[in-house]
Amino acid sequence: MAVITESIVAPVERTQGYWSGVARRFRRDPVAAGCAVLLLLLILAAIFAPYLGLADPYAGSMARRLRRIGTPGFPLGTDELGRDMLARLVYGGRLTLFLGITPVVAAFSIGTVLGLVAGYVGGRTNTVIMRLVDVFFAFPSVLLAIAISGALGAGIVNSLVSLTIVFVPPITRVAESVTASVRSLDYVDAARASGAGAFTIVRVHVLGNVLGPIFVYATSLTSVSMILAAGLSFLGLGVKPPEPEWGLMLNTLRTAIYINPWVAALPGLMIFVTSLCLNLVSDGLRSAMNVRD
Amino acid sequence: MSATDLAPVAPLPDRGGPQQPLVIARDLRRHFPIRSGFFGRRTGTVHAVDGVSFEVVKGETLGIVGESGCGKSTTARLLVGLIALDEGDIIFDGDRLGDQLSLRELRRGVQMVFQDSYASLNPRLTIEDSIAFGPKVHGMGEGQARRRARELLASVGLEPARFAGRYPHELSGGQRQRVNIARALAMAPRLVILDEAVSALDKSVEAQVLNLLADLKEERDLTYVFISHDLNVVRYISDRVMVMYLGEVVEIGPAEAVYARKAHPYTAALFAAMPSMDPDARTEEPPLAGDPPNPIDPPTGCRFHTRCRFAEAVCAAVKPALASVPGEARGGEARAEAHVAACHMLVAGSGHSAAGGAA
Repeated sequence: MAVITESIVAPVERTQGYWSGVARRFRRDPVAAGCAVLLLLLILAAIFAPYLGLADPYAGSMARRLRRIGTPGFPLGTDELGRDMLARLVYGGRLTLFLGITPVVAAFSIGTVLGLVAGYVGGRTNTVIMRLVDVFFAFPSVLLAIAISGALGAGIVNSLVSLTIVFVPPITRVAESVTASVRSLDYVDAARASGAGAFTIVRVHVLGNVLGPIFVYATSLTSVSMILAAGLSFLGLGVKPPEPEWGLMLNTLRTAIYINPWVAALPGLMIFVTSLCLNLVSDGLRSAMNVRD
Repeated sequence: MSATDLAPVAPLPDRGGPQQPLVIARDLRRHFPIRSGFFGRRTGTVHAVDGVSFEVVKGETLGIVGESGCGKSTTARLLVGLIALDEGDIIFDGDRLGDQLSLRELRRGVQMVFQDSYASLNPRLTIEDSIAFGPKVHGMGEGQARRRARELLASVGLEPARFAGRYPHELSGGQRQRVNIARALAMAPRLVILDEAVSALDKSVEAQVLNLLADLKEERDLTYVFISHDLNVVRYISDRVMVMYLGEVVEIGPAEAVYARKAHPYTAALFAAMPSMDPDARTEEPPLAGDPPNPIDPPTGCRFHTRCRFAEAVCAAVKPALASVPGEARGGEARAEAHVAACHMLVAGSGHSAAGGAA
């Protein structure tokens, strides 16, 4: 022991932190990293749309309806009212991504808290929370979103609320099951045996081990949320024309599918690419977070 | 390690004196309800621990052995307060848990080392943080807790500068179990419960950890409850041995006496299942057939009578009490040192043909 006491005061050789390890492993996955870059570009383009020197997304002209992709001045053609597709797609990303991400973030916060309480406390509390959640599970998510949106009335805020309500139950369920499995591990028992209170144990020992999986699950919901939001707009329950939003654009361009199919498919392509990227990124995160690899 | 340095989580003082057992467990009972159906009706009860009484003398190592499912681990968890008691008393150095001693105080005095060295460490915390957690919960400052963690790492044989900042998955099983021991010691406990603490390690590492445990015990004046299914290890480390079967104690006594005499037929069967090093002493026929009976509906009388070679009518009818094993020199002198077993064959006039009239 006398030999070692010298080094007790010596600086500790710290290995990399957990999150820097995750970032390193994530970067090594070319597909996930590429998708993350693409998503980032989409988000940046949406945020800085007014500064990109694009055409006015609302300015239409009957003289230049449904131009093809590659028409001079309209790199991605024009829509059924002669509006520039490139501008509308970039501006459309603002609402679409906002509507896709916000409900998931809100549901993530609410669902995580509910799931943590249900999973950690267990017993009656668990039964009450989880049976309530099951009630929402009885309805298909699209139907539930439409029903709530319909009851609240059309509009962006209402569709945000309805989508949040739709996503709370699945996130709660995942949070509950992850928490319950962590709770039964010996290190939680060891923490209890050291006399720590429930709040401290959840903060130090449970949260860090459950947030990762819940977060990964939530990212995979973002694509669903985006599609649902687009669906609500498609049904006239979300965004109203002439706002550019991918779901709404897909709906209005539907009539032009035989005239100019490539232009008509563009909003759908954007939804497809974005949700695919979100799924691949969440997949990449899942494997990057697996410490035992 | 100076005493002032560790003030907030200093070892608890001895209260009852050397004669007072560190732990008296009196008639511990823990039943787990089995619920089923929509309303969670109670449809059965697992008698995990059913009337277990024993004492842990200060400074000794009490080994607990028995088949899996016999209630060893439940007993351990009851002692640390991880599971609430249904009935019975735990008296820690003269103070009864509940009215004279809070759960939080009990946990200062009793710590546990778990079997699964990986599951018992938070994968997101460095081992230094894991060890420092307990002392911090009890009000020790950040810097001081870290210093204690590093001192403990050194005393369990892990160089602090190399290991303090590592994560559990960067350590081997033996190293992780050393960390778990350090974490238990961080609370300066008087009793450490080792629940299969070395069972998952390979033999050479197991031996090292056992030696470490022996050193720490001497250094820190600890008392151990050592739970294992490895009878050789229990014999090596224990002063006294307690044999459990289906949630009950069937035999307790000094290790050598129990190993020599095997007063209860179950103890004899259990020890006969121990592989021998001598090829001439092979086990030719299984000492015991079948699985232990279902703890949901345990047999009446002596719980072992369904598998016992010597079972007679009285065994199914009357539950035998722990009685001192006849012919033991130390039997009955000091209670804690007595060799006792729960079998009708040991009690004269019990009605069993092997007991005799006045043995």
